[in-house]
Amino acid sequence: MTTTTSSIRPVATRPASVGSWFSDGWITTRRNLIKIRRVPDILVFTTLQPIMFVLLFSYVYAGSINIPGSSYTEFIMAGIFAQTVVFGSTYSGSAMAQDLKEGIIDRFRTLPMSPSAVLIGRTNGDLLINAISMIVMIATGLIVGWRIKSSPLEAIAAIALLLLFAYAFSWVMAFIGMSVRSPEVINNVSFLVLFPLTFISNAFVPSGNLPTPLRIFAEYNPVSALVQAARELFGNVPPGAPVGDTWLQQNPIPTVLVGIVALLVVFVPLSIWKFGRVSAR
Amino acid sequence: MSFIEARDLVKTYTPRGAPVVRALDGLSLSVPRGTVTALLGPNGAGKTTTVKVLTTLVTADSGTATIDGIDVAADGGDIRRIIGVSGQYAAVDENLTGFENLDMVGRLYHLGAKASRARAKELIELFDLTEAQNRPVKGFSGGMRRRIDLAGALVTDPQVLFLDEPTTGLDPRSRIGMWDIITRLVAGGTTVLLTTQYLEEADQLADDIAVIDHGKVIAQGTSDELKSSIGGQRIELTLVSEDDTPAATEILRAVASSEPEVSTDRRTIAVNVAHGPAALRAVLADVEERSIRLHDAGMQRPSLDDVFLQLTGHAATIDDESEKAS
Ligand SMILES: Nc1ncnc2c1ncn2[C@@H]1O[C@H](COP(=O)(O)OP(=O)(O)O)[C@@H](O)[C@H]1O
Ligand SMILES: [Mg+2]
Repeated sequence: MTTTTSSIRPVATRPASVGSWFSDGWITTRRNLIKIRRVPDILVFTTLQPIMFVLLFSYVYAGSINIPGSSYTEFIMAGIFAQTVVFGSTYSGSAMAQDLKEGIIDRFRTLPMSPSAVLIGRTNGDLLINAISMIVMIATGLIVGWRIKSSPLEAIAAIALLLLFAYAFSWVMAFIGMSVRSPEVINNVSFLVLFPLTFISNAFVPSGNLPTPLRIFAEYNPVSALVQAARELFGNVPPGAPVGDTWLQQNPIPTVLVGIVALLVVFVPLSIWKFGRVSAR
Repeated sequence: MSFIEARDLVKTYTPRGAPVVRALDGLSLSVPRGTVTALLGPNGAGKTTTVKVLTTLVTADSGTATIDGIDVAADGGDIRRIIGVSGQYAAVDENLTGFENLDMVGRLYHLGAKASRARAKELIELFDLTEAQNRPVKGFSGGMRRRIDLAGALVTDPQVLFLDEPTTGLDPRSRIGMWDIITRLVAGGTTVLLTTQYLEEADQLADDIAVIDHGKVIAQGTSDELKSSIGGQRIELTLVSEDDTPAATEILRAVASSEPEVSTDRRTIAVNVAHGPAALRAVLADVEERSIRLHDAGMQRPSLDDVFLQLTGHAATIDDESEKAS
């Protein structure tokens, strides 16, 4: 080493602009893509778990749960999709907590980069993982006899709605990750909160079958709305199935859309604000 | 106004269920351009918090700080373009290779793809990181991570470099290597603010030392200035025979400004004196006159340890927690 003064004389002068916002987001996304490639457990878990769920539910429970006018496999798929993508959004929580702990957030925060780029990269990472999960689940579902009974356009809308909801939820998890700061706590809390949230819903049984207190919870559970919206768009709602009596139950698609917008409007700025204040201990 | 100027910084933390901590309690500091200043203080003194305020990671509750006249709180974006930071714990992405880590930093400085790659390659050469160039950082030693982290702070050749305990937790060989790198940087004209718990490190690397304790700078100056600020010297005699100890102690007591300290083998006696050279001449004349035989007679200025003890009332101890830092 002779000197650290570069022959290139790099100088960080280019001011932040829309272009650099875009490229910063892409650079941090790429970082997460490399991680997905180098740490294959995430991808393995992401693909095996939904396959296992589809098989378990459609073979183990299909015989014992009766859905009038439809098959359990047909009924259950939207539920498995919703549960999987909601859990897929939790990576943003544990990853932000981990990056914070390791001081990588501090490194990023001392660079003249866009303050939202790390979060954009992080939530994009979840989106990609969820998209891969969706493809795997759809393929597995089709193999075990699930059928899309709507138009291709509606099916695409269903997939988009599931992924968008999960994307918005990633921003919530990123905020929680930066607030809680412990990847282990995030993982445990995710399981403790998300298992009841996804199971006490209409994902795996019609909510009408649940005991009253749980049924009321299920009717107002946002996951129920997501599942119902996806079920409708895939054409998987059994003919003559009871429609709930609240507006939310009767209009799941607008409900979910409003929910997605609300989550993004609140948690995108909140997470960016939080990012500008957190630092490792 | 100095290149880095901090005035009356106060930063409090309120940990859940614990009393308020005044991490910075009216800290003021000046760092002239092109110099190395060491923030010297024990664990918990507020060194990291000072670095975090100056590098825009943490906002002070009150007080002001500027770098090259730019306010760190108001114009963080402009500050981030001129600083390089290597924090207390190496912040490298474990899953990326050494090259990918540095390339990513270059791109986030908006150097462009080509310049980022070229600079990353150059830094890999400069910092002897070829081993980690194409392998994920995971699994490399603390010394290697530290070097990658430091290289990350130098991607743009910053005007000012912040190094928070750059050698804590390194083995002696890596420590010398790090000193070498810092010394060369300084020769290139970079302004450096480094923190350390090691007096020797501050003495070795810094033009200026700011002693920090309980969130305040309690003294700032060159190593020489600090040593002479507590005044005087220390005279030490080592006798051939224990039999002479009472006589020698009497001789020393006559010139001393402190009670003579006698070693456990009773053959080494030391005192602090106000005017070293004159006192030493007088002591040696008396020793000669009374035919006391000596192994050794010496005079020393106070060490930084003594300065620290004098200023803070406690020794500059290093506790266990910092030892595991990497
Ligand atoms: N995020 C934090 N929350 C609570 N207390 C903190 C936090 N960061 C630092 N402190 C406290 O502030 C004081 C100064 O810490 P620090 O600046 O890290 O000292 P140093 O770097 O000199 O060891 C310590 O008492 C430390 O425990
Ligand atoms: Mg510290």
